[in-house]
Amino acid sequence: MELNDLYRDVILDHNRRPRNFGPLDPADASIEGFNPLCGDRLTVRLKMAGDAICDIRFEGEGCAISTASASLMTEAVKGKSRGEALALFDRVHHLLTDDDASSEELGKLAALSGVREFPARVKCASLCWHTLASALKASDARALPAVSTE
Amino acid sequence: MKNMALAQDSTFQVQAVRRDFPVLARLIHGKPLAYLDNGASAQRPDAVIDAVNDYERHHHANIHRGVHTLSQEATALYEAARDRLVRFLNARSRHEIIFVRGTTEAINLVAQSHARTTLKSGDEILITHLEHHANIVPWQLVCEQTGAKLVVAPMDETGDVNFETVEALMNDRTRLFACAHVSNALGTVLPVKRLVAAARARGIVTLIDGAQAVPHMPVDVQDLGCDFYAFSGHKLFAPTGIGVLYGREAMLERMPPWQGGGDMILTVTFAKTTFNGLPYKFEAGTPNISGAIGLGAAVRYLEGLDLAGSRAHEHALLDYATAALGKVEGLRIVGTAKDKASLVSFVVKGVHPHDLGTILDEEGIAIRTGHHCAMPVMDFFKLPATARASFAFYNTFDEIDRLSMAVERARTLFA
Repeated sequence: MELNDLYRDVILDHNRRPRNFGPLDPADASIEGFNPLCGDRLTVRLKMAGDAICDIRFEGEGCAISTASASLMTEAVKGKSRGEALALFDRVHHLLTDDDASSEELGKLAALSGVREFPARVKCASLCWHTLASALKASDARALPAVSTE
Repeated sequence: MKNMALAQDSTFQVQAVRRDFPVLARLIHGKPLAYLDNGASAQRPDAVIDAVNDYERHHHANIHRGVHTLSQEATALYEAARDRLVRFLNARSRHEIIFVRGTTEAINLVAQSHARTTLKSGDEILITHLEHHANIVPWQLVCEQTGAKLVVAPMDETGDVNFETVEALMNDRTRLFACAHVSNALGTVLPVKRLVAAARARGIVTLIDGAQAVPHMPVDVQDLGCDFYAFSGHKLFAPTGIGVLYGREAMLERMPPWQGGGDMILTVTFAKTTFNGLPYKFEAGTPNISGAIGLGAAVRYLEGLDLAGSRAHEHALLDYATAALGKVEGLRIVGTAKDKASLVSFVVKGVHPHDLGTILDEEGIAIRTGHHCAMPVMDFFKLPATARASFAFYNTFDEIDRLSMAVERARTLFA
C-alpha cells in the first residue's frame, strides 16, 4: 500500500479545484448522498436533454477522495446518455473493488484505482456514483429519498 | 522538538507499563504502532488476556446453576469480579453492580425500566448538548413512549457546560437528569458532583455516563451521589461486550426487570413468575462470564499501577499534545474547556479528517476520525467531523511528536 497511489496528482488536483462544483438551477434531478460513517454529504444535480446528461454539478462536504471522485465523475459523464453513464458506474465500481479490473479507456477515472488498496475508503469514492445512479434510474428523481452508503 | 522537562518530570514508568500490553509492540505498515484511539477502545494488558484465557481453558461452565466443580468455579470467578467492581466504584453492596454489555445497554436499561415506567406526559428529561448518541437516543425513545419532553442544556464555544446554565433548566417538571462525566468528542470534564447535588436537591433522578471517565479518574459513586453510573469495560482495558450499571439499591429495588429469562427468575409457573433479587433481577440469560472476569482482572491490574503517577503522566500528555498540535499551521483544537480529560479533537484547514486518518495510519498512528457518535456536537461547531487523538497512560511524548509531524506532512500534501 502506498499513499502516493491513493493520493495521485489527479486526485489532489481535483480535490483542490473541484470541477463542476456548485449549484445548478434549474435542475431536472437533485439527489443527496450521505455516508453516515464519516459524515460526508454531497448533492448531485442533473440537467437532461432527452436521454443525455447535458449538465451535471455537485456540492457538498467530503474528504479528498470523495470530492475528487465526484469532480472526475461530473467531467466523465457530461454529454453521456443515461445508459452510458450507468455502464461507466459499473466499470468504476469494478475498478474500486476488483483487483483484476482494467482501467483501460477510463481516462482520468483510472486515478481512482489506488482506492481499492484502502478498503475503508472505497465508500468515499463510490458515494457520488451511487448518488448519480439513483438519480438516473428514477423516472422522477426529485421524489427520491436521499442515498446512503449504509 | 520533545519537551524534555515535561518528559523527565514524570516519574511514571511508562516503558515498563507498555510491556504489559502486547499489542503495543506491533508494527503497522512497518512502523511502531502509536495507539492514540483509546477513547474508542483501549488495549488489553496481559493480566486481562491471561485471566480470560485461564477461565476459558480451565474453569468454564454456566454459572449459578450446576453443583459440579466447574460451575462453582465459574460462579466464584464471576462473582469475585463483581466484588472487585463494588470496591472500584465504592458502591455500598454487590446488589448495586449490574453486569451489562456496555454503557449503551446500561443507559437503555435505566431508560426502559425506570424512566418508561415512571414518567408521564409533561415530565422532562434533562441532558446536555455534548452527549454521546447513547445518552440521547434512549431518552428520545422514552419521550416518544411516555410523552415526556427532552430538554437539552447548551454548551459554550469552548465545549464547556456551565453549572448554573444546567441548574437553571432543572424545575419541578424535571424527572431525570443524565449527562456525561467526560465528553467523548471534546474531552470536557463536567462538574458532575455539583450537578448531581443540584438535581438531588430537587428530587431529580440522576444518571452519569462514565464511559470516558473511568479510564482517567477515580470514581466514587457514593461521593458523587448519583442514582446511576454507567461505563464500558473495553475502554477500561477489559474485553468488549461487558460493562457495568451501578444503581442505588433503593432505585433498583423499585424498578421492574427489563428483560425476562434465565438468571432473573426465582420461580416460574404459567400463572406467575417470581423475580430474583438484586443484582440478578437485571441479568437475564447467561451473561458474558469471561468478559466480567476480564473486567475484574482489568480493575485488579489498575489497582496495581501507580495511579497518581499514571494520572500525572496522562495530564502531561494532554498538555504536551495541546502545545505540539497547536504549533501546526492551520490546526484548530475543537473543545478547549478548562478541565479536560486526556484527549484532543482537532481539524486541519484543507485536510479532511478522513484523509488525515488514512495518512496517519500509514505512519502506524491510530486515531479516530468522524463524528464520534456525537452529531449534535459536530453540528454545534459546524463541522462534519474531527480527528481525535485520545491517550492512555501507556502513550508517550514520542508518539505525540510523531503525530504532530505526520499531521504537518498531511497538511503539506494537500496544500
